[in-house]
Amino acid sequence: MTAQLAPGRRVRVRLDWPETRGPCHIRTPYYVRGQEGVIHRALGRFRNPEKLAFARPAEELALYHVRFDLRRIWPEADADLLVELFESWLEAA
Amino acid sequence: MSNDVAADLADRVPRAMHDLGGVPRFLCEAVDTAPHALDDFDREVDAIRQILGAKGVMSVDELRRGIEALPEDVYRRLSYYRRWVRSIASILIEKGVISEAALRAHAISGAGR
Amino acid sequence: MILGDLDERDMLKGLRALLAEQGIANAAEIAERIAATDAANPGQGAAMVARAWTDREFRALMLADGTKAAEAMGIPMRGLPPLGVLENVPGLHHLVVCTLCSCYPRAVLGYPPFWYKSAAYRAKAVRTPRALLREFGTELARDVAIRVVDSTADYRWMVLPERPAGTDGWDAARLAAIVREGDMIGVTVPSV
Repeated sequence: MTAQLAPGRRVRVRLDWPETRGPCHIRTPYYVRGQEGVIHRALGRFRNPEKLAFARPAEELALYHVRFDLRRIWPEADADLLVELFESWLEAA
Repeated sequence: MSNDVAADLADRVPRAMHDLGGVPRFLCEAVDTAPHALDDFDREVDAIRQILGAKGVMSVDELRRGIEALPEDVYRRLSYYRRWVRSIASILIEKGVISEAALRAHAISGAGR
Repeated sequence: MILGDLDERDMLKGLRALLAEQGIANAAEIAERIAATDAANPGQGAAMVARAWTDREFRALMLADGTKAAEAMGIPMRGLPPLGVLENVPGLHHLVVCTLCSCYPRAVLGYPPFWYKSAAYRAKAVRTPRALLREFGTELARDVAIRVVDSTADYRWMVLPERPAGTDGWDAARLAAIVREGDMIGVTVPSV
């Protein structure tokens, strides 16, 4: 997703496990992968940490605060959640 | 905990060891809320990491990757800043900034100082 | 794992010698950096909170751009990650965690405390936050919603707590004295 995502837009976090494919560095926690959330606010553009971690040329990516209902992940969680996620991890929901 | 731990999300997916949100084995562990002062070792490691970042020798992302690449038993056993030292050393060696042999030689000759 | 037989304290000695030899970092630079890092402390964040409680314009700036607000207080922010500020309001309480490592608003609060880096804190914050708060002696009313903020990327987050009742007429210095480190991460709330 490359176009700027407006607050309120529903998104889904990619269900992907780069951990299984060799050395990597990921800033998307396992527990939100595949989960549906809502764009809370755009946070600006930052260099891709997955490449910075290997000192490779890193493009800038849009970063969003995405809001989730934690109860849908763990019924006992009684809270909602904001996570900073890069556009490369977000799909239309 | 109401969930059947064996069927827990954290156990069902190929989660990395440092990816700790909601992990069942730590939910029963009390949080140690007591203050723990940093020692000189901790402060120096922290300062060196900052300098390496500021001078473009090594990024915080690389530091994290080096920590995440530690064997799980080592990650669990080491203190916070001992993990950092291991990560800094392995990243600097990987990048050719220093050599493993030189680090070993200086570590041993400086040992006990 | 390389150098698995070496103790990390000896590794640090080796690193220190090699970095000096290569002109990357000498003892004076390291000492200077340690002093600068030690100087950051929760009192700085507390001063920002107290000013936000007493100065409407500053509060607006702080919520819009935490970095600019910190700079306006004389806190050095150059080259550091942007600071985001999460406003607690009646019915909504924020709790900050970094489940992946230990991202923390160091520029305004100093070094992260031990508990913030612990596996237990990182595991519980996103799953049993209300019970976690109880471990810090914080009992939120049932009708106060919790919003957990997992600090995963380029921002650093601090909480702007609600000003407690019973502080009418207090000046910023007196207010700052009641704001603790944990209040600005959301594990506790200020009280008088």
